[in-house]
Amino acid sequence: MTSTPVLRLESVRKTYRARHKETVVLRDVDLEVPAHTVTALIGASGSGKSTLLRCVNLLEEIDDGAIFLDGDDITDPRADADAVRRRIGVVFQSYNLFPHMSVLDNITLAPRRVHGVDRAEAEERARELLERLGLGGKAGEYPDRLSGGQQQRAAIVRALAVRPRLLLLDEITAALDPELVGEVLSVVRDLKEEGMTMVIATHEMGFAREVADQVCFLDAGVVLERGTSAEVFGAPQEARTQQFLKRIVEAGRL
Amino acid sequence: MTSLDKMPSAAAEDDGYVPSARRLEREAFKRGRTRKATAIAALSTLVTAVVLYLVIVNSPGWERTRETFFDPAFAKKALPDVLEGLWLNLRLLVVCGACVLVLGMLLAVARTLRGPAFFPLRALATAYTDFFRGLPLIINLLIVVFGVPALRLQGVTTDPVVLGGVALTLTYSAYVAEVFRAGIESVHPSQRAAARSLGLSHRKTLRYVVLPQAVRRVVPPLLNDLVSLQKDTGLVSIAGAVDAVYAAQIIASREFNYTPYIVAGLIFVALTIPMTRFTDWVTARMDRQRAQGGTV
Repeated sequence: MTSTPVLRLESVRKTYRARHKETVVLRDVDLEVPAHTVTALIGASGSGKSTLLRCVNLLEEIDDGAIFLDGDDITDPRADADAVRRRIGVVFQSYNLFPHMSVLDNITLAPRRVHGVDRAEAEERARELLERLGLGGKAGEYPDRLSGGQQQRAAIVRALAVRPRLLLLDEITAALDPELVGEVLSVVRDLKEEGMTMVIATHEMGFAREVADQVCFLDAGVVLERGTSAEVFGAPQEARTQQFLKRIVEAGRL
Repeated sequence: MTSLDKMPSAAAEDDGYVPSARRLEREAFKRGRTRKATAIAALSTLVTAVVLYLVIVNSPGWERTRETFFDPAFAKKALPDVLEGLWLNLRLLVVCGACVLVLGMLLAVARTLRGPAFFPLRALATAYTDFFRGLPLIINLLIVVFGVPALRLQGVTTDPVVLGGVALTLTYSAYVAEVFRAGIESVHPSQRAAARSLGLSHRKTLRYVVLPQAVRRVVPPLLNDLVSLQKDTGLVSIAGAVDAVYAAQIIASREFNYTPYIVAGLIFVALTIPMTRFTDWVTARMDRQRAQGGTV
């Protein structure tokens, strides 16, 4: 049997409803993420990248279609959402660290309370990860006392602490200055080296080009173009993709 | 509004979308699950109600209890007097409630002022809340209602209702000040930083950024205090003013029947429920306007 992709989306449709008005945010989205590969979602703000990630983590309920994690339909109403989320790590754009807990407690919360790891073991792993991400001395600090890049790396450690099957990164460098962007992206690069399966929504085109095995260009909720990073960045087929990439180049971001 | 607005949302889209069999199956399953959950909830409620009813009705003293507490004839007789007394409670609630909110807010804001120049004000506000929050309401009432007239000051009222209202306001504004202060302190410092960075003064930061968020958060506990105040307005009867509870008491002690108390109690409950539902509705509407997407 050929290996099942870690994540598979099948004709996913998602709409938002507000006062009788319906907006389609994702339309017929198909996606396959094989194990140990990195998929980059690119596209303008509001094209549905973040919504797609939120749907995968079941933070949003999809309207139609299905999402499979390791072959299991996780969007089935009979599926246990908490069990699904235990297998997925998420890093949010605005970090979403818990401000009332130290960095160490932020990281060990899920291992201890959800996965039943004992305190000593959870803290050991947390310190090891913090060390690796250059936050060795920050375990006892509170999130509000860290810089943006440090907070984002702490958030990555929090997501990694439970050894997720799949890591979702939602524009994790959007709020960081260029120096810190490099810092965070090198962490992601290392994770790829280790074989972590990731889906990354990003505006960092150079990074997407370098790190992604698969690139998807989303436009108005539709996957307009997909392919290897060489295909999408090197020879985009769709006029909309060409236009988007041209703007990016003009802005000096590729 | 056109008829299009009322069509099912899935069909209203013009992108040729047709719900898949998978979606229909899922929705059918969810409907079934909702039905099942509703049925279980209804059944368990019914069983609880029946058991309670049977236990109460079959208790040895039920006949006697029903006559003294649930006599329709007495209820009808007491209702006009109780309602007349209630009018006093309502007036006190509205006037005291307004004063309490204003005074409470001022006290809370005074406690958040920074800088040595404001030390006396801050200290005063702190002392005030410490004192009146700790002082039992009934003692406060006795002091104000009987103590102030005893001073025989020129031009100062001796009306027990007014003095009772003052005492209630004194105590409750101390409670409410702490509620407001908790709300103010729950607003993340980054909000204050953002407002100050725009050049807003301390006062304007409070007015336009901090307080709107703070008040929104403390609506439920605030309502708690207002409901509590509504019930405590009855305490002005210690000086002879006739409120709903005192009116019931008068009838009860004359007729040796407690039904008027039940009538007054139910009226109080009936008053607070719409108030709670109303604030729930207002806050839920505010939330809907701001957030998009699902909640987890």
